[in-house]
Amino acid sequence: MSITEILLFMVSCILTHNFIFNRFLGCCPFLGVSSKVETSVSMGLAVTFVMTIASLFCWLIYNFLLIPLELTYMNTIAFILVIAALVQFVEMFLKKSSPTLYSALGIYLPLITTNCAVLGVATLNMNNNYGLLQSVLNGTFSALGFLLAIVLMAGVRERLESSKIPACMKGFPITLVSAGLMAVAFMGFNGLV
Amino acid sequence: MTILYAGILLGALGLIFGGVLTFASKKFHVDVDERVAQVRECLGGANCGACGYPGCDGFAAAVVAGEAPINGCAPAGEKGMKGIAKIMGLEAASSEKMVCRVLCQGESGVAKERYQYDGYQSCATAAGLAGGPKDCRFACLGLGDCMDKCAFGAITMENGIAHVNPDKCTACGACVKACPRGVLKLLPMSSNVIVRCRNSDTARVARAVCMDACIGCGRCKKECQYEAITVENGFAHIDPSKCTRCGACAAVCPCKCITIS
Repeated sequence: MSITEILLFMVSCILTHNFIFNRFLGCCPFLGVSSKVETSVSMGLAVTFVMTIASLFCWLIYNFLLIPLELTYMNTIAFILVIAALVQFVEMFLKKSSPTLYSALGIYLPLITTNCAVLGVATLNMNNNYGLLQSVLNGTFSALGFLLAIVLMAGVRERLESSKIPACMKGFPITLVSAGLMAVAFMGFNGLV
Repeated sequence: MTILYAGILLGALGLIFGGVLTFASKKFHVDVDERVAQVRECLGGANCGACGYPGCDGFAAAVVAGEAPINGCAPAGEKGMKGIAKIMGLEAASSEKMVCRVLCQGESGVAKERYQYDGYQSCATAAGLAGGPKDCRFACLGLGDCMDKCAFGAITMENGIAHVNPDKCTACGACVKACPRGVLKLLPMSSNVIVRCRNSDTARVARAVCMDACIGCGRCKKECQYEAITVENGFAHIDPSKCTRCGACAAVCPCKCITIS
């Protein structure tokens, strides 16, 4: 991949095919952990970390184990297994080697095990027949798109906290409406790449 | 044959990952303060979140770190608190066991009904519909929002109002937050003389909507020798720290809204 291709791929992953606003993956943490900018950044970074590594490992498992053995139909189960084990391992490793990073990511790291965005990126890599480099880049850039979306949303929600909202719209209704409007805004990037 | 491959492959992957994780858990073992687990044992264990920490584990870690007070867990009660104090090497600060009380006696037939409510069985919803199905705007609606929130099964609905079983109540306060009318209140377990009405309307209005409403007449206040009773906002208040549980007020209350449980 040339540099231009990589840049275009980045724009495509972050803006036009944003995981949350375009593919609707990872909506649970997007709504659950977006009440403060600070925590949303931690969550976004944790997702970036896990999605990059998961893309790498899932690609290896898929191409070197599932394809040769003609077991590609088992991909979902195999990917879940890989992701769950990986997150556990990463959590233990971080706890020992970098307590600062561990406490920054905190509870969000184990939460990511059950995040559909991680499984989604592995499945997308497989469906699009991406190579190793492109798979890893897809994981990283898509996760950065997730980070962007969740941080923007947290900013909106912090503003919503202090604004006057009709009682019937308080809390989740206004949050979901804002998320919908943001998705509409992101539709504007369609056709960019 | 291929199905065998599938089983073998996934089994092998599982085994390898399991092995790696086992190895990693030994290799990357971090010594955790064993007191955290001990403190965790003493807590209520319902993950109710009333302490303000993320679950019981979060609270236990905060206690050991010295950030949270040892009596921060209401469901653990006095027994749990003493246990924590022993682990932490502190004297248990005396904190009296609290219990949730229902400050309303407006059972069906006692409190007048405004309309027949037939909608979704939730107090919050009913309270929003034309001021609620009972005429009194302070009454317990009896649709069980508190019962749903109680993790300990201490609340039952009888005759259209909530009843709290003091033996099961852990004073976690989840029901107090859930009640749209503010009928529930945490009071010390020992203060068993309670004004079971909080209608702040004038005597005439209060009497019109409920047979058992406090009309704020002040007879209890005159009868009380210990100056424990005040009448504010149209209904009587008993100060648990001054009250001697003599029961003189309950005897003279014309509306029978002071009860001794």
